[in-house]
Amino acid sequence: MIPLSSGPVPATADAVIIGGGVNGLVTARELAAEGMKNVVILEKNYIGSGSTGRCGGGIRQQWTTEENIRLAQESVELYENMSADLGYQVFFRQGGYLMITESEDDLPALRDAVELQNRCDVPTEFLQPEECLKIVPDLDISNLKGATFCPKDGTAYPFAVVWGYARACHRAGVKTFIRTRVTGITADDGKIRKVHTDRGDIATERVINCAGPWARAMAAMVGVQLPNKQERHEIMVSESLKPFLDPMVISITNGIYFSQSLRGEIVGGIGDPAEPGLEDPALFDTRSQLRFAVRFAKALVRHYPRAAQVRMMRQWAGMYDVTPDHRPILGGVPGLEGYYHICGFSGHGFMLGPVTGRRMARHIATGEADDIITSLSLDRFAKGDLKPDAFVVG
Amino acid sequence: MSKAKIFLCRCEDVTLGEFREAYTEGFTELESLKRYTGVGTGFCQGKGCLSEAAGELAVLRNIPAGEVRLTNIRPPAEPLTFAQLAALEVPAASDDTEDKS
Repeated sequence: MIPLSSGPVPATADAVIIGGGVNGLVTARELAAEGMKNVVILEKNYIGSGSTGRCGGGIRQQWTTEENIRLAQESVELYENMSADLGYQVFFRQGGYLMITESEDDLPALRDAVELQNRCDVPTEFLQPEECLKIVPDLDISNLKGATFCPKDGTAYPFAVVWGYARACHRAGVKTFIRTRVTGITADDGKIRKVHTDRGDIATERVINCAGPWARAMAAMVGVQLPNKQERHEIMVSESLKPFLDPMVISITNGIYFSQSLRGEIVGGIGDPAEPGLEDPALFDTRSQLRFAVRFAKALVRHYPRAAQVRMMRQWAGMYDVTPDHRPILGGVPGLEGYYHICGFSGHGFMLGPVTGRRMARHIATGEADDIITSLSLDRFAKGDLKPDAFVVG
Repeated sequence: MSKAKIFLCRCEDVTLGEFREAYTEGFTELESLKRYTGVGTGFCQGKGCLSEAAGELAVLRNIPAGEVRLTNIRPPAEPLTFAQLAALEVPAASDDTEDKS
């Protein structure tokens, strides 16, 4: 039974997690596994209704900084074992990621990335355009200059992941409330005291902000200023086809990405440089636009001409929670005991959520320092200690 | 024949029995039932089944049908080929909004 609690929220909790997406659910489940009792998740819509359920489901290890590669590697290991771990099929499939470019100028960076990834034991290889045909036989390579391919990258079904974690949370005694809004957070003496919701108040010493695009607004309730901006991104699915496409294809030139789901649909999106960075949830507009459908179709048909006669079934939009260096923000803030955030994934929350949630849960439950969390803490922006990654696509 | 074997969603072969089973597993809203069972995600995009599904959910939840929250409608209204879409001019940014969330 997926937990869908109704009625008033409990009067007290050991930890309150804001957000029922991949980050909130993983963190809750892992906190329970660390022995924390009485963990509560508050979700304002339904499980996975925010960025998780709107994402493309890709998980890749092809990054240009060692820290990102190692983190993604750890995440892939979790995904490889996730169905068994949760007792729930999450449809993780390692068809690889084929990263293509149409610019000669990108080739040195691609080769450097392959070298770094290989040093980290990620089996990526550099491919000449014609070698891409071994992986995607009908790809139009006439404009390609090169590509990289990692066979261990893959995709999973985002809703299956959140449902699997929601069940695991339920089994572990976590209480999940959907259709429940956080209306305020009270702190005094530098400590978290209470979370207010439209179903009542919860006295708690810990609040974990996993609200994705709404994290900035949640943090502001306790005076924490996040540098995150929120960008709308669109995505679509086609009709179902027989299996024909093994990897996720992603272009670092125009930002298109597309893969085939286990249901047979082409799932894909394309970044739009015209989308502004927002700071106010009141301005989020996830209505669909014809502009996206046309831009995506033009790019898809150009890279994969055989898709021309395939029909698009539906499109939708979601919000990215984007930080200045496109890397997540983890940990707490000095002077506010019991407040934590796991946010700012910049479009990569589904791929990193299982590992960051696990690390954060251990850190919160035991108080032990974690080098990844330290490195991704909020104060890096004030210190100017940034390690941006070159492979931010989509 | 058991009523459970009636097809609720003919595009995706979802039976009433499967829909009810999903409800008992905890999928109590149409948005989640759609994603779990596939109801309304086929070629008709829910035009043939969404009202039936909403009615069935009202019975399961014992609430008036008018209180069932429907799924968001996603464009296009009819499936279009990528060739048809690619033949259009790219509309200017922040124009042409069609669908609510």
